[in-house]
Amino acid sequence: MLETLELYLQYPFVINALIVGVLIALCSSLLGVTLVLKRFSLIGDGLAHVAFGALAVATVLNFANKMLLTLPLTILCAVLILRGGQRTKIKGDAIIAMISVGSLAFGYLVMNLFAASSNLSGDVCSVLFGSTSILTLTDAEVWLSVGLSVLMIAAFVLFYHKIFAVTFDEDFARAAGLNVDACNLTISVVIAVIIVLAMNLVGSLLISAFIIFPALSAMKLFKTFRAVTICSAALSVACAFVGIIASILAGTPVGSTIVAVDALTFGICFAFNEFGGLS
Amino acid sequence: MNLIACENVSLGYGTRVVVKDLSFAVGAGDYLCIIGENGAGKSTLVKTLLGLQKPLGGKIFLNGLTAGDIGYLPQQTQIQKDFPASVEEIVLSGCLARKKFLPFYTSEDKRIAARNTARLGIASLATKCFRELSGGQQQRVLLARALCAAKKILLLDEPIAGLDPEAAADMYKVIAALNRDGLTIIMISHDVHEAIKYASHVLHLGEKIFFGTREDFRNA
Repeated sequence: MLETLELYLQYPFVINALIVGVLIALCSSLLGVTLVLKRFSLIGDGLAHVAFGALAVATVLNFANKMLLTLPLTILCAVLILRGGQRTKIKGDAIIAMISVGSLAFGYLVMNLFAASSNLSGDVCSVLFGSTSILTLTDAEVWLSVGLSVLMIAAFVLFYHKIFAVTFDEDFARAAGLNVDACNLTISVVIAVIIVLAMNLVGSLLISAFIIFPALSAMKLFKTFRAVTICSAALSVACAFVGIIASILAGTPVGSTIVAVDALTFGICFAFNEFGGLS
Repeated sequence: MNLIACENVSLGYGTRVVVKDLSFAVGAGDYLCIIGENGAGKSTLVKTLLGLQKPLGGKIFLNGLTAGDIGYLPQQTQIQKDFPASVEEIVLSGCLARKKFLPFYTSEDKRIAARNTARLGIASLATKCFRELSGGQQQRVLLARALCAAKKILLLDEPIAGLDPEAAADMYKVIAALNRDGLTIIMISHDVHEAIKYASHVLHLGEKIFFGTREDFRNA
């Protein structure tokens, strides 16, 4: 098995997939803690479905670069969801549910009616559950991901204390003169960008696993915000790494393998928390 | 000297007016207790004073007060019940008001946080997890955070909500001690008898608005 792994690691496309996969996992887990605590666990799911719908439309319209339509539409919906959610709780999750199933249905409908490709269910399946496109990344795409990730991590570190304040107590943060609305807006835009980027890797059905599992696992183990954030990032990176390697060795789909590793990790953390250990 | 003065202020949401023609003033060193039924507009008034919400009419004068001078103790939210954060992290976040552009806390901020933690007698809890504390301890933590933000005024929204009688009496004493140290206190409560024990002024919201000293309120 080790020889096979060594063989694979000689191919640049495997290295590229590892770099991008790990970076996406890192970025999504950082914001995951905030989203889970703010009761927005499902936002990733909702936005990913929006991205699916937008992608379907872009495919039908024959956009050369589908990102041009997917990204703005997803960002728009992210803003709509987080804005509506601030006022009342019930409205917030109803909006997520509505937008998410609506765009899923609409996307499939559009693809079905106007699809040029003969392998419709194959296309849909790869968008929903992730495709092999993570293995065919170009160098430019890898550098783009690296650049965006560095930017995102730097921003997270700089705004860390403000993110904590806004997550823990919006009213207090607002009274202290913090621009809470701008903060929430930035969070929703960033999460939309991450989702569109990550869709290639895990597909639009599995993406919220990237956002919530590491955060939930970390919350089982640690009790301070800083420790939870760091642990969540570390777990997410480790799971993505193990998942990608396992999927290459076993020939399983990349996205679902990573999510399975994430879920398994959560199970271990949960058991650790329940039956002994740190507490 | 008046720190806050309201003249014929109306409060509410959208087109719904909750409080009409409200006039009162808070001087430096006062302890104002705001009482009234649920829905009488107590929290709305505090949010308006903080500038989180605009008054529907009338004028509010803040005498040279900025965000850094007012400490706010909001009602606890559902989110905080299972929030993984240490006491230290939470108290320190009260210093945020004074730093607009600096991304990190300075050692001066940490000193202020440590001083306020000690002032409320929770220094021994500094590294403990917030969600594992008792209700009374949690309120002290949030009060310490408010103190980090406050130079002159503390605005307290139902500081004893959900506390048992002993912890509540304790909380009142802590607040009264802060008032003796020179902080101006504005506190919301619906527990009339206990709350006004330490207050210097009372504002009653409802059908009939009353504003005056505690003695006048007792006689009325």
